[in-house]
Amino acid sequence: MEADQTLDAKGLQCPMPLVKAQKAIKKMKSGEILKIVTNDSGSYSDIPAWAKTTGNKLIERKEEEGMYIFWIQKS
Amino acid sequence: MLWGDNMSENNKSTLIVFSGDLDKAIASFIIATGAAAMGKQVTMFFTFWGISLLRKENYHGTGKKSFLEKMFGWMLPKGPDKLGLSKMNFGGLGAWMMKYIMKKKNIATLQELMETAKEMDVKLVVCSMSMDVLGIKKEELIDGLEYAGVATYLAEADDANINLFV
Repeated sequence: MEADQTLDAKGLQCPMPLVKAQKAIKKMKSGEILKIVTNDSGSYSDIPAWAKTTGNKLIERKEEEGMYIFWIQKS
Repeated sequence: MLWGDNMSENNKSTLIVFSGDLDKAIASFIIATGAAAMGKQVTMFFTFWGISLLRKENYHGTGKKSFLEKMFGWMLPKGPDKLGLSKMNFGGLGAWMMKYIMKKKNIATLQELMETAKEMDVKLVVCSMSMDVLGIKKEELIDGLEYAGVATYLAEADDANINLFV
């Protein structure tokens, strides 16, 4: 899936993927898509929870070889 | 401008940081920075032992203090690097091991979390009564703090939908 920006949050632990995600999405325009890649297992449910609370849309989430990949559309 | 984009109602969180233990301090700042990342306006109130987190490491004041105030100043940890664990501290060995393991696993240190909290406009408020009891002066504490009492906390808590006591 195409993304306007990619955030590589591999190696980061809670709460840093959320902090970086919020920083990244704040700089983006409405409708743009942010791809987030993490390898912290907690982020599998944390990123969707963050998206829900901040009002952004989780388009897709997948797990691939120990990586968690998310596509978030800025509201 | 506020850090969060989420400007809906009930968009505040407050934490009371009562403890001066490393583990509880880390937990507090993880929750605070996490909440800020979720678009919340976060206020942390530091009272009693929690004030230790905000002390400067290398402050050697000449301010006038009573004997007991000097004792508190001497016994309380000076800043985040000097805190002990609430359990299994073993005279500081436990805290050292915890920091070592957390560094190895690339978990943010308490200092980094505190920096992040500031960057994200988390409000740090110190209980002035506790400062007075412990004989801690403003110049012993880091910059960027606000000083207030219980009414300020209650007013903030009234507006918030997450209120924690750590």
